[in-house]
Amino acid sequence: MQIYLPIAEVSVNAFLLLGLGGMVGVLSGMFGVGGGFLMTPLLFFIGIPPAVAVATEANQIVASSFSGVLAHLRRKTVDLRMGTVLLIGGLVGAALGVVVFNYLKSLGQVDLLVKLCYVVFLGIIGAMMFVESLRAIRRSKAGTPPTRKKHNWIHKLPFKMRFRTSGLYISVIPPVLVGVCVGILAAIMGVGGGFIMVPAMIYLLGMPTKVVVGTSLFQIIFVTGFTTLLHATTNFTVDVALAVLLLVGGVIGAQIGTTIGTKLKAEQLRILLAIMVLAVCFKLALDLLIMPSELYSIGAAEGH
Amino acid sequence: MRMLFALVLLVFALPTASEEVVLGLSKDKVAITATFDGSEILVFGAVKREAPIQDEPLDVIVAVAGPSEPVVVRRKERRFGIWVNTEALEVDEAPSFYAIATTGPLSDVLSNVEDLRHKVTIPRAIRSVGAPSDVKDAQSFTDAIIRIRTENGTYSLQEGAVALDQQTLFRTSIELPSNLTEGSYPARIFLTRQGRVVSLFETTIDVQKVGLERWLYNLSREMPLIYGLMSLAIAIFAGWGASAAFQVIRQR
Repeated sequence: MQIYLPIAEVSVNAFLLLGLGGMVGVLSGMFGVGGGFLMTPLLFFIGIPPAVAVATEANQIVASSFSGVLAHLRRKTVDLRMGTVLLIGGLVGAALGVVVFNYLKSLGQVDLLVKLCYVVFLGIIGAMMFVESLRAIRRSKAGTPPTRKKHNWIHKLPFKMRFRTSGLYISVIPPVLVGVCVGILAAIMGVGGGFIMVPAMIYLLGMPTKVVVGTSLFQIIFVTGFTTLLHATTNFTVDVALAVLLLVGGVIGAQIGTTIGTKLKAEQLRILLAIMVLAVCFKLALDLLIMPSELYSIGAAEGH
Repeated sequence: MRMLFALVLLVFALPTASEEVVLGLSKDKVAITATFDGSEILVFGAVKREAPIQDEPLDVIVAVAGPSEPVVVRRKERRFGIWVNTEALEVDEAPSFYAIATTGPLSDVLSNVEDLRHKVTIPRAIRSVGAPSDVKDAQSFTDAIIRIRTENGTYSLQEGAVALDQQTLFRTSIELPSNLTEGSYPARIFLTRQGRVVSLFETTIDVQKVGLERWLYNLSREMPLIYGLMSLAIAIFAGWGASAAFQVIRQR
């Protein structure tokens, strides 16, 4: 069934959109990532104009994250306190990111930068997680208990705060910094930033994996909600018809994903996420390295 | 009624031209609804003449264009091992849609001079004035527009697609793709003899969003904040709904 999207001004198959939304929703619920880093390239591929894809994707992430976070709240796996601290950093970062984005846009190289950002960050994070989870799986097989709670420089910083749900007593400086960095990247790359935040929370802040997913989703809701409003009021690129089709699939998928997520072991969850992140990174890197079949591209002229 | 008026005008205002087009369109309005999946417009008509038919054969060209807009064309080049956008050219005017149907090969039915005057063929319809001096081969950029848009079906040239009976009755159909943009689409019908345009008839086809499409589009432009908040409300409601529904399912 073809549906004409009023803002994107293209006609697409409704079931294709429902399916895409569902697939990404499952991943979102499982890993606590918004799924934007997968969905945005997929939308480009089916012919949605990039500006509309980025803005609408933010709106869809709100829905799937909200659906996912409710499931986590019932299971009490959301650290609201940590989420709020990350969120404060995230909003500051997002505002900074928009400034950086507009500066790069004026240079005309924003596409390349976004892609390079993706390749570099996905590559580093994916590889780190993959190696670490493999080691963790090997350790658990050997029977030696994991040595997590290490005391490093992070524990020497001031402004300490107790995060009961995460079982942490650390300074608020690292979470705020993580929030700021993720916010900047999220604004530049047009995604929620979950795929950067999840590893940062596990490896930098030392939060337990089970709590990380819910907390990440909690923070993503607000950052993407903010982004949606910004896009809707400045660029007029949020397509609500497209968003509805994606989110119907997405919210159902997120519920299924959350159920699957609780049945898997933390190491397995992390290694799956690592493989997925590396796959997307590989695909984007290939696009940059292999000669494209069409060297020219048409874009809308910017108003003079 | 408008057709009739146009006809009356044609008959009385232009008595000098010996051959006139009397045109019919299967529809002069295209409504883009939520389930819009492309459309087909039947263009048909007759040649009205006072004098007997001349010996040289008559040809018909039907050209339908979409609203024109400026576009930027970018070219990728390999730099430091990766493919990046380097040169860009702004084209002042490129129609978002362009379809030509003719009775025969375009080079036979229309001379170069007439093409220049009326801007009939696709390359002529794209206007690029004042290409910056640092772009050497501006032509390859406009060629790229034609290539890309022909591939996705928005530009088309169908030679021999117009049926002409006894030099008088003609008909063809113009395929409108599903990715249409709004606006008025000028349609031109040329009558030619040996490449010379002997008569020209112009009309427009209105392409408009209707119903829900129209409402959403207007809301997003006129009250963007409300539109944004509505999108968020829908998202949150859908998220809550799915969560609640799944809880019910699980408890059973």
